[in-house]
Order: sequence, then C-alpha cells, then structure tokens
Amino acid sequence: MRELVAIGASWGGLDVLRRVLRALPDDFAPAVVVAQHRSPESHPTAFRDLLGAVTPLHVCEADDKDAIEGGTVYVAAPDYHLLVERGAFALSTDGPVSFARPSIDVLLASAAEAYRERCVGVVLTGANADGAQGLARVAELGGAAIVQDPGSAARPEMPRAALAAVPGARVCGVDEIAPTLLELCA
Amino acid sequence: MAVPVDAERTDETPEGRLDLETLELRLLLEGVYRQYGFDFREYAPASLKRRVWRRVHAEGVRTIAGLLDRVLHEPDAMERLLLDLSINVTSMFRDPTFYAALREKVVPVLRTYPFTRIWVAGCSTGEEVYSLAILLTEEGLYDRTRIYATDINEAVLEQARAGIFDLEKMREYTENYVRAGGTRSFSEYYLAKYEGALFERALTKNVVWAPHNLVQDRAFNEFNLILCRNVMIYFDRSLQNKVHQLFYESLERLGILALGHKESIRFTGFEDRYEELDAQERLYRKVR
Repeated sequence: MRELVAIGASWGGLDVLRRVLRALPDDFAPAVVVAQHRSPESHPTAFRDLLGAVTPLHVCEADDKDAIEGGTVYVAAPDYHLLVERGAFALSTDGPVSFARPSIDVLLASAAEAYRERCVGVVLTGANADGAQGLARVAELGGAAIVQDPGSAARPEMPRAALAAVPGARVCGVDEIAPTLLELCA
Repeated sequence: MAVPVDAERTDETPEGRLDLETLELRLLLEGVYRQYGFDFREYAPASLKRRVWRRVHAEGVRTIAGLLDRVLHEPDAMERLLLDLSINVTSMFRDPTFYAALREKVVPVLRTYPFTRIWVAGCSTGEEVYSLAILLTEEGLYDRTRIYATDINEAVLEQARAGIFDLEKMREYTENYVRAGGTRSFSEYYLAKYEGALFERALTKNVVWAPHNLVQDRAFNEFNLILCRNVMIYFDRSLQNKVHQLFYESLERLGILALGHKESIRFTGFEDRYEELDAQERLYRKVR
C-alpha cells in the first residue's frame, strides 16, 4: 500500500544512502525518491553512479514529467526543486527554500500531498533544518515518518529538527532504516 | 520486478469530492482567466500550489478562496499574483556547460547564415538574453542577429529592458561566465552603480522585447534558434505539448531548440521531428 518513499539527506548523506539502498531487495516495490543537498558544479553522474553501484534497483536523475515507477530510485538534480505529482515528477527553479535547492521540504510536502497515506518520508543526516516541515506534512496527511537517529548521524541537526517537528516519527539507526522501510511497505 | 505506480488517479477523494484545496485552486485559476484573461489552468499543480500559497500568505488572507476574492476586486493584487506565477528565477550563464555547448555546437551553425533570428521564449527578467548577447558579441555574430525576447509579463520585460541586475550576484555570474568559456573579463559588460550592475546598452541594441503568451498566442516569426529553458517545467504535460507545436511551427528547417537540463522532448509527440545536437545539454535540431 506504500507506493512512494521520499528521502532527504544533507551533510553525510551519501554514506547513509548507500547503506540503505544496499539493504533493499531487488523486488522492492515502491518508488524511492532522494533529495540530497549537493553543489550544481558536482560531477553530472557521480552521485547517481555511486548509488547505482550498491543496488540492483534502477537509479536515475528525474527529468521533468518523468513517470514515477515502482522499483526505481530517482535522484533530484542539483539546482532544481523536485516535486512529486500524482504519477509523475515536476521540476522547478523557484528560489532556494531555506537556502536549499533541491529543498527536502518541497520534495516531502509535495510527495505527501500527492501520495498521502501511501507515502513514507525519511529525514537523514544534515547540518540544517531542511525536511522538518515536509516530514510534518507527511505525518499530517497520514504517511509514515522515519528519522535517522541523531546519535548515528554525521551531523545531528537535521534529524533533530525533524524529530522536534514530528515527535511520533520512527527513530532508526543507519542499519535499521531499510528493515523499517520493508516492514512499512510490506 | 518493477510495479508501475497508478498514474490514472484523479483529484477526487474516495467520496467523489475534490479536496477543498484543489477546488479553491481551480476556482482561483478560473476566476483569473475569466476576469483578466491570463490562463494558468494548465500549469503543473505542485509548483503552482506553492506559488499561490506564497501569495496567500503575503496578502495576509487565510485561504486560496480568500485570495480569489481579493484578486477579483483589486487589480493591484492581480498584478502581484501575476508576478508570483510568471517570474522564472534564473541567473546569467546558468548551467555554464550549456553556454559552452552553445559556443561549440550552435555558433558554427549560426555562422553559416547571413542573418540569424533567435527567440528567447519566457525570458523573464532577461538574464539569459544578456548572457546570449554577450556570447554572440564575443563570437562576432551579434551584429547580424536579432533576438526576440518575450514574456507573458510586461513588468518583468520592463525590468529586463532596464538591464540593471543585483550587484551581489555578479560574483556568481562571473564564475558562471568563466566556466562557460567567456573570453573577456565579465566586469567589462557592466557598470557598478549603487546597489546595481547596469549592463552595457550595446548588448540590447538588437533585442526586441515583446509581450507574448506561450499559452494563448500564436507563432509570430520563423527562427534559427529558440531558447526556452526551465519555462515549460511549470506547465502540465498537455500544455507542454501545445507549446512544442508552437515551437515546431516557429523553427525553420534545421533550426535549433534549446531546453533546460532536465527537460526532454520524449513523449511530446515531436521526438521524431528533431535530432539530438547535444543530448546532455538538451539541444535539438529540427530535421523534418
């Protein structure tokens, strides 16, 4: 019944994302959408390739209006906001939200509004408060919320802010995130 | 196994009603269209909603329906909403690799023409137009080029025409310019004055600034090159296809269409009319 997992990560996110994706099975049915803060000058395919190397799931950077398909990992392009609509993505170059583009808040809130209780929101490590408002929207609309245990994060500020906004979120150590996703999406 | 996520879902709740927010949004867009003639009904809903809510908060009203009331009765509020819905944020030489590809792959094509017509569609506050004018000047092509720079919004055209940009942005723009293969010093192109950077008048001597609405207006000329980058991302699929029809009609044979880095002509119905000139930079050439 869960069809979409939206994940936000900032400082220290790559390592955690790789550990989460590595632990997901090749028949993982929901679509996975990742917003990771990174520089627009970064290598055009390096991030996607580093994730693709650890999972049999197809990993790609989302183009505007791409159909959202289960069993696929979509990565937000740097310097664009990635928004989720029903069944497809939409991009925007509106100004940064809380200094970030892609904004995790924008991704999570749009995912929540399009998929409601069929959505899982995840906030990982980071040194800011992006994602807290978006995760609150996920929870408000009946979706499931997961926050990385701040004690296990390279930078605890972002998961802490998310927990302050969504006290009822599931708190997971790095290696508990994938099993929790499997349980929620079973 | 890949399970396709249901794309046929409607806006309706299980009880068959529109959720209230969607209903209010539709009423707002319908009201704006009927009263003022601006048609945002086929804009992509997710970013449209964010922009509308931003205006709701800025106007100090509580709901989208409250904004509709204000917009219908206060034309000034409509002006402000129009700015919010139509300004596309961009920067000079955004995506430097795109401008490098323009120099490398498009300029040689343009050189073969005695005169070049370029359309920057949805030029907003003009950053891309000035970037293009600088590039063409450096390539020695500007004097035989006319750039038609159009936008739905006359207020942003006025701003673009004035050629004054935020001085604080110049560092970022200079970096972009250098990475895009600029051959001079970027500061040669503007005069720093007070808080603004005033760009050289010569850059716009061959620019025609004109209001044009991609949603409602027709083709108005034939072009060798059309730039429409990160404008159609705000449109829904059906409106995108209509605008692609307009661009196809407006391009000469072998004319070039430039889209944003994350935009594609796949699934628009025009894919087979173009060949890829540069897949990464989304440069397409009309071949049939």
